[in-house]
Amino acid sequence: MALSYLRSSSSRSANLLKPLSSGLSLRSPISTDTTPITVETSVPFTSHRCDAPSRSVETNPKELLTFFRDMALMRRMEIAADSLYKAKLIRGFCHLYDGQEAFAVGMEAAITKKDCIITAYRDHCTFMGRGGTLLEVFAELMGRQAGCSKGKGGSMHFYKKDSNFYGGHGIVGAQVPLGCGLAFAQKYSKDETVTFAMYGDGAANQGQLFEALNISALWDLPAILVCENNHYGMGTAEWRAAKSPAYYKRGDYVPGLKVDGMDALAVKQACKFAKEHALKSGPIILEMDTYRYHGHSMSDPGSTYRTRDEISGVRQERDPIERIRKLILSHDLASEKELKDIEKEVRKEVDDAITRAKESPMPEPSKLFTNVYAKGLGVESFGADRKEVRATLP
Amino acid sequence: MFGVVKQKMLRLSLTQIRPAVSALRSYSSAAKQMTVREALNSALDEEMSADPKVFLMGEEVGEYQGAYKISKGLLEKYGPERVLDTPITEAGFAGIGVGAAYYGLKPVVEFMTFNFSMQAIDHIINSAAKSNYMSAGQMSVPIVFRGPNGAAAGVGAQHSQCYASWYASCPGLKVLMPYSSEDARGLLKAAIRDPDPVVFLENELLYGESFPVSDEFLDSSFCLPIGKAKIERVGKDVTITAFSKMVGHALKAAEILEKDGIDAEVINLRSIRPLDRSTISASIRKTNRLITVEEGFPQHGVGAEICASVVEESFAYLDAPVERIAGADVPMPYAANLERMAVPQVEDIVRAAKRACYRSEPLAAVA
Repeated sequence: MALSYLRSSSSRSANLLKPLSSGLSLRSPISTDTTPITVETSVPFTSHRCDAPSRSVETNPKELLTFFRDMALMRRMEIAADSLYKAKLIRGFCHLYDGQEAFAVGMEAAITKKDCIITAYRDHCTFMGRGGTLLEVFAELMGRQAGCSKGKGGSMHFYKKDSNFYGGHGIVGAQVPLGCGLAFAQKYSKDETVTFAMYGDGAANQGQLFEALNISALWDLPAILVCENNHYGMGTAEWRAAKSPAYYKRGDYVPGLKVDGMDALAVKQACKFAKEHALKSGPIILEMDTYRYHGHSMSDPGSTYRTRDEISGVRQERDPIERIRKLILSHDLASEKELKDIEKEVRKEVDDAITRAKESPMPEPSKLFTNVYAKGLGVESFGADRKEVRATLP
Repeated sequence: MFGVVKQKMLRLSLTQIRPAVSALRSYSSAAKQMTVREALNSALDEEMSADPKVFLMGEEVGEYQGAYKISKGLLEKYGPERVLDTPITEAGFAGIGVGAAYYGLKPVVEFMTFNFSMQAIDHIINSAAKSNYMSAGQMSVPIVFRGPNGAAAGVGAQHSQCYASWYASCPGLKVLMPYSSEDARGLLKAAIRDPDPVVFLENELLYGESFPVSDEFLDSSFCLPIGKAKIERVGKDVTITAFSKMVGHALKAAEILEKDGIDAEVINLRSIRPLDRSTISASIRKTNRLITVEEGFPQHGVGAEICASVVEESFAYLDAPVERIAGADVPMPYAANLERMAVPQVEDIVRAAKRACYRSEPLAAVA
């Protein structure tokens, strides 16, 4: 399970056997090693109305290295986006995911591209996990043609339907009923696949979530609701927003599981468990205990409602990439230098993608009027001055 | 009098207009009749039969046979997987419908009335209407939101609003409003087949009304084009645009006006978005006078859009200011006499048409 990375403008799955362009020796053979390794999750799972899965997770060197690389890529991508935003190349909203990467990679390790994922606006890394490319991310953030939504969506509206990634939604909580709708359609079509509908601790209090959960439970939909609890809904701490911040229990009659969301292997185990459950018995809630290093968005410093000590504490104790690095080193699967080289490589990929993205032009003016409808029926549409600018919708 | 009747018959034979409901039914004794309810039911039935991706979801649509019996018999025919009774949670089930449409199914989501659609309006606008645009074409949303809209009888302020102008202002939506059985059947079939989100606004008071229908209409492939208005009555002196129940009022007004020598052209809009501006424009250029009729609140209404459009496109053709007849600018009262004042009546349309023809009674002194 590997992310695409930029070699050319077309997305291509990463070929880990390809030699490094810097001329170093061939990559270590552990990248294809699938010898099973068993690792214990950081903490046991806490369950509500179900039997928690085992703490022992099966993995292998290839998977661990993929986790490391993918998370390092996501991390670098988000940090680069921060710089681009400050340079005013990204406008409007930009919600960064750094700190939460373990969920995106752990979930992908447990599912297929036929399972559906839907999330809110903190979607850059989720999009990458579904096979999106760095070029598509940066170009979209900068509003260029090469973007995944051709520059018309922006940070909050990434989609990749061919890998069953349904966005990318700006209205807090709306994605949960939509996700249950995807699950409905999967069951209707007898596809034997599931939907992961992701939301935050802020959205967890939304009424429509409970409406959708009620219907999902009544109709036994294969919906997995994932609360990425980073403990702050915008600037409001969870204990100030939720009378009961035990989000995994909030489903009441729906089973739930609380997971250390900074542990990619725990995430993988939980998602695997959830998928099996959802296919057999209907909806389940996963609560991921996670953390975002950045503020809610680029307009929020993130330090007026949290202490710097808290943020650096989490970074030191629970960082998802460091966890995997320690695991790889302790199991002697790669050297420190090899891991550092991967990080350097990843940095270069990100820089190259940004250069390519900057070269991509902004959309043609005629694109203002495209895709309003799937079938425009030759209807007229208007610009600000309708005597000056009119278009026929195809 | 005889001359008027002769004129009427001549017009009928020349233009083959479908006769309006009551008075002219006797001319079409051979034709089949169908109520709007039956027309909608048959459209749902046939589209569900033709395409297994189409399913119906809403409150009481299944076991209760539909709150207004529009979905009668469908649960029995298609089963509970395709005809789904939902809890009374509009935001939840509308969102689920849109999600299913994202995946590629073709949901028909029923709101018991469109007053309740406000609970789900975020999904209609932000999740459905805008998705194809925001995703540059990746996420089309082939969903139909349907149900009764506008005033019924005596149901009060919270159950009587018309949502035509609210939804029709939003790019990415299509808004259809049938009047006759032909409209109901043809437009609903078109809506279900359309790959974009369609808001299909019916009218409870029209469900039981019967209209004559042709053989072509009865064929399962019958479909009406979206975005095309229908000229229900050809005229030359004044254009009256109307939609839904008001079409009936406009036709009655036209009969009354005829006795006074005013030949009104009645346009049944059918499609509020896209609006058939070219049909309206062509009519204005012929008659030079316009009355817009709608049931909903007047401010920022459909009539306002039509007036602006006509002024922009055909100003030189107007011989009189555009007249707007709309619901009263108040929440719908309950008392029968006040309710009557809150909704356009036939005499309101007649009066406005006469004003536009400079044939009105002297205006009352300004209060």
